[in-house]
Amino acid sequence: MKKVNWLVVLAGVLVGVAALALSALGNPANMGFCIACFERDIAGTLGFHSAALVQYMRPEIIGLVLGALCMSLVKGEFRAKGGSSPATRFLLGALVMIGALVFLGCPLRMILRLGGGDLNALVALCGFACGIFVGTLFLKKGFSLKRTYTLSAAEGAILPLVLVVAGVAFVLFPALFKISTEGPGSMHAPFFIALLIAVVVGALAQRSRLCMVGGLRDAMMFKDFKLLYGFVAIFAVTVIGKLLLGGMGWGKLTPFNLGFDGQPVAHSNHVWNFLGMSLAGWGSVLLGGCPLRQLILAGEGNGDSAVTVFGMIAGAAIAHNFGLAGKAGVAAAEAVTTNAKVVLCCGFVILLVISLVNLPKAAKQKA
Amino acid sequence: MVDARGYSCPIPVVMVQRAVKAENPDSLTVLVDEQVCVENVTRFANASGYKVTVTRDGEDYRMELKK
Repeated sequence: MKKVNWLVVLAGVLVGVAALALSALGNPANMGFCIACFERDIAGTLGFHSAALVQYMRPEIIGLVLGALCMSLVKGEFRAKGGSSPATRFLLGALVMIGALVFLGCPLRMILRLGGGDLNALVALCGFACGIFVGTLFLKKGFSLKRTYTLSAAEGAILPLVLVVAGVAFVLFPALFKISTEGPGSMHAPFFIALLIAVVVGALAQRSRLCMVGGLRDAMMFKDFKLLYGFVAIFAVTVIGKLLLGGMGWGKLTPFNLGFDGQPVAHSNHVWNFLGMSLAGWGSVLLGGCPLRQLILAGEGNGDSAVTVFGMIAGAAIAHNFGLAGKAGVAAAEAVTTNAKVVLCCGFVILLVISLVNLPKAAKQKA
Repeated sequence: MVDARGYSCPIPVVMVQRAVKAENPDSLTVLVDEQVCVENVTRFANASGYKVTVTRDGEDYRMELKK
């Protein structure tokens, strides 16, 4: 087990390089990839929420799913299945999204932000680890969302098809969609280049099983550090890339900037950054993987993960329609609304209930 | 015998971990139906001192863990 898994390191390096390249090509700073932000932008471009600054059809999401789909077909791992508590997963997906949007980033963007010197992400990482730890306590007691069943291939094709149709419609008929003219939604790498990069990343993420939650979870539960190497590789590549290339002014890449203040698309409300990512970490452990991993699993034909992705998109719409998302670039005290605080607290109660009711009978009686 | 078919990781590894902790058996049969679970259970089993042989049985994998 001490053997380093080079495939996952390679995947981590590639994700890091791809994220730097996407930022240099036009994606928002420290947001080469952000599964939560990009699904939020897709919710926006479809008109599910009306936050004018975050509306765009992000090709990265489409590409990641297609890359995983192609690789799983080539390797004979594509298998349509589902039926493991889909409604619970939809709700968990929405809660993970809300937690991530309070902090302003999914676990992957948290590492990219940290690699860019954003110390708010370090606070979030502590919260994320705590959330994962709580989740593993329930896993050890036998928590499970019950088994999946093999389904017809059509079930596994739903999410890839929906995303392809949305992407094609966006390219052919952009007037049908809402597209940000300012703010993060207006900042993006060229559509087809981003799509191509994401396909490659999705394929390698499928092979390597890269997962931001899995890294810490497996280290805590099994002393298995395989996935954590990927996590560390992304961080290392981002730090080096930002220090070297950001300083040289590579495209639109911003330089490494250590500190809490003035970070791009971020705020410094430490308590709620911590709690937001705690909720995301705990919820992701119950789901069996981080938002990136859910996209990859959905590409492999997992209908439960597809439902989770739909739940995340719904969560993003809720987050913006009810003012739950963190506000970037304002004073820490104003960054997180009362609505968000109330919903996050309710979110923890919901996670506790889901964690308890899905324990085996014997463990439930003890608890 | 641990039948983890239909469960996604990490649940199969947790099931094996619980079985190993409870009885510390010299041999254990584990059924899974995903390649990724074969990889994960194998890593855990090797770290716990078991040798693993895997045979494909239709869409399932039969894993024999031996000390």
